[in-house]
Amino acid sequence: MLTVPVDIQLLFAGILFLLGLIGLLVRRNMIFMLMSIEIMFNSAGLVFIIASTHWKQPDGQVMFIFILAVTAVEVAIALALILQVYHHFKTLDADSVNKLKDHN
Amino acid sequence: MNLFFYLAAAIALISTIMAISGRNAIHSLLFLILSLLAVSVIFYLLNAPFIAALEVIIYAGAIMVLFIFVTMMLNIGTEGSTEKKWLNPRMWIIPSILAAILFTDFILAIKHVPASPSVDQVILPKQVGISLFSTYLLAVEIAAILLMAGVIGAYHLGSQKKKVTHRFLKKN
Amino acid sequence: MTTYIALIPAIPLLGFLVLALFGQKLTRKTIGYIGAGSVGIVALLTLIAGIGFLKSLPQVKSYSVVIWEWINAGNLKADISFSLDALSLVFCFVITFVGFLIHVYSIEFMAKDEGFSRFFAYMNLFVGSMLILVLADNILLLYLGWEGVGLCSYLLIGFWYKEPVNGYAARKAFIITRIGDTAMIIGIFILFLSFGTVNINDLMQQASEKWVAGSSIAVITAALLLGGALGKSAQLPLQTWLPDAMAGPSPVSALIHAATMVTAGVYLIARTHILFSLAPIVQTAIAIIGATTLLVAGFSALTQHDLKRILAYSTISQIGYMFLALGVGAWSAAVFHFMIHAFFKALLFLAAGVVILVLSEEHDITKMGGLRKKMPVVFMTFLIGSASLSALPLITAGFYSKDAILWYSISSETGSVLLWIAGITGAFLTALYSFRMIFITFFGEAKTQPAFLPGKMMTIPLIILAVLSVIGGFVELPQSLGEIHLFSNLVDNTLPAVVVKEAGHSEILFQAISAIIVLAGIYLAYIVYLKKPALLESFNHSRLNKFFEKGWGFDKLYDMIFVKPVVWLSEIDKDDIFDWLNIGISRLALLTNRLLGITQNGKLRWYVMSFTIGIVLILTYMVLR
Repeated sequence: MLTVPVDIQLLFAGILFLLGLIGLLVRRNMIFMLMSIEIMFNSAGLVFIIASTHWKQPDGQVMFIFILAVTAVEVAIALALILQVYHHFKTLDADSVNKLKDHN
Repeated sequence: MNLFFYLAAAIALISTIMAISGRNAIHSLLFLILSLLAVSVIFYLLNAPFIAALEVIIYAGAIMVLFIFVTMMLNIGTEGSTEKKWLNPRMWIIPSILAAILFTDFILAIKHVPASPSVDQVILPKQVGISLFSTYLLAVEIAAILLMAGVIGAYHLGSQKKKVTHRFLKKN
Repeated sequence: MTTYIALIPAIPLLGFLVLALFGQKLTRKTIGYIGAGSVGIVALLTLIAGIGFLKSLPQVKSYSVVIWEWINAGNLKADISFSLDALSLVFCFVITFVGFLIHVYSIEFMAKDEGFSRFFAYMNLFVGSMLILVLADNILLLYLGWEGVGLCSYLLIGFWYKEPVNGYAARKAFIITRIGDTAMIIGIFILFLSFGTVNINDLMQQASEKWVAGSSIAVITAALLLGGALGKSAQLPLQTWLPDAMAGPSPVSALIHAATMVTAGVYLIARTHILFSLAPIVQTAIAIIGATTLLVAGFSALTQHDLKRILAYSTISQIGYMFLALGVGAWSAAVFHFMIHAFFKALLFLAAGVVILVLSEEHDITKMGGLRKKMPVVFMTFLIGSASLSALPLITAGFYSKDAILWYSISSETGSVLLWIAGITGAFLTALYSFRMIFITFFGEAKTQPAFLPGKMMTIPLIILAVLSVIGGFVELPQSLGEIHLFSNLVDNTLPAVVVKEAGHSEILFQAISAIIVLAGIYLAYIVYLKKPALLESFNHSRLNKFFEKGWGFDKLYDMIFVKPVVWLSEIDKDDIFDWLNIGISRLALLTNRLLGITQNGKLRWYVMSFTIGIVLILTYMVLR
């Protein structure tokens, strides 16, 4: 029987999300950026489960299952893309793949 | 029960912080797995055992393993020098400030959430399953198509085509 | 009858439209038929209208037809209306008939040119505008035709536009005639303001009633209209464009700069002669300008090396004669000389075109020679044309027309001995330079061989014009030589007869003097240019020769007074506020582009940072609201 207030639970999920955001902004390695995105996805799912418990409905858990599916696909595609980038540019630096810049 | 919650929350936070600020890729991934396990414990405490299991199986078990495979394949993380070069403390300032602002916004935004009712009810997998295949059937089908698209896309994007120059263009 | 008058300007304009719109798709033969045919039809119509007109004399002196209402704004009423009287009939006849011959000639002359349809389109437009000019009933429509011929002159001088020199010549012609045109339109404004109408007959009638002879307003208006005439007719001081206008093809020089456009000034003064008789000072000025111009141009023609430039200066000189006649009040003599001059000058230009074409674009007469035997037909027609130009006594038409002018320059009420002396000197110079041209070009040893012989379409117009240059004079024989006054009888229906002084100078004495002078000029040319060219060695290299050759330094003068200051002013005004505005707009756009380009640096983290900042701002705003 959990009596932690909902605010605290949501705050915890929020902190996790912000940590993922900070990680995305700070890191240069593409693997790490992807990892930070994963953290953000996870925290979003956590919010859904908290809501599901709060309102006593299974819909939040259903949503989390869908998030899981989407995340899986996204990771697969993203890693395949990172592989291609690595083979082409020989580096995992996200700042070095800037060929789409304004060449003024 | 509350103690477990706070403990698991602390472990999750600390391991996430270690994950995003680590220099070695494998170490960070392992820390992330730890964080996911802690979140799974929280899921269990939130009366969602099915989801807790799913989190471990799929998230920590498949997705993170995929990450680890790719990291090993790309052979990075053995030297921490590039990471050290790219990660100087000055870079953390502005993201932290932004995150702090967002945090205050978040706090202000969730002030109006009503307190939880007292009845404690576990939501069983059966309930989730029935809800999935009756109310959200269409979404399930679409998720299946998405997964198939993901498989094909990943296969196609992952293939390495050898660059073949036509014999007329060769330089000898 | 009136339908003929309406059709006469319309058909060439229709030809222009067809050729302009469809010229690229038609065959050369069709273009030739349309181009030359439209002018031919108009020549025929003019003939029919002329016969009808002559039959109805002396009861009906003019026919008018209103086509449609053009402007009807308050006080200003101008219609597209044409009127045919004796003066415009003569001009129409010359324009259409000589124009038709020139068009036929051009079919063969321009046969190898790629701008064939464009040429005929412009020529038709020109003929249409010129016909509008001479047939116009009101002065605004006349100005429309005036501007139209100016435009076509520009288009046709710069016809071979790929050569920059031709473009500069066309521009120079247009700008200089524009100066005259501006003076003319101011004169038209004054006329309209004074009398409230633009119909020429009404204007002239009201002017003779309301304005006092010699009053300043009459003098100013007449002087302004004279300015317009000076520009178009290339008289002093606006004569510098005509020699450079020889950059155009020879048929253009023949039609525009010999026979028709340059005589538009003569037409204008003849048409508004009442105004000029109300301002005797201006009329005297016309005579003096005419006399001076014919001398200046005569001396210049003597020293030119380019075949067409000799003819250009000769045209300036002959129009000077026409102005001289207008200035002393010998209206019909001026129009008579216009007609005869159109015949022989068009002939000379067309023949010169044949010579230049056959010698592969050789313009320098010192590089020609001995063509007498190679091209006999061209030589004969050229000789007849030059003889008419020099006013060879008794057998050429030029003699009768020029002699009439010389006689009236001394015997008219406003004539004087000085004018006559200028005229007779001019006649001597004319004989000298035209036979210089013949002797150097056609006699002596051949320095350039002709590449081919001209075909029928080029030689037949030459022959026709040569015949006209001889027999054309016989419609107006002076008193002493069998009095025939067919021409002056016709023209006197519209223009007043010349007023002759009482003190009887004997006409035949002056005719004899002019005949002797002309023959002396021809003989001198024979000696100096054919027999003993060494006599002129020192003159040929003298500074006087250079001075005459450069057109008495007018180009240099205008360059110094007008061109250089304007160019200097525009150089120092290169960066004023308006330039800055224009450049500023583009610089601003480029600057904004560069600034915004900084945000597109291709780095993923930068983009994520910008999302985040945006989200922060939006969320903060929504939470705090």
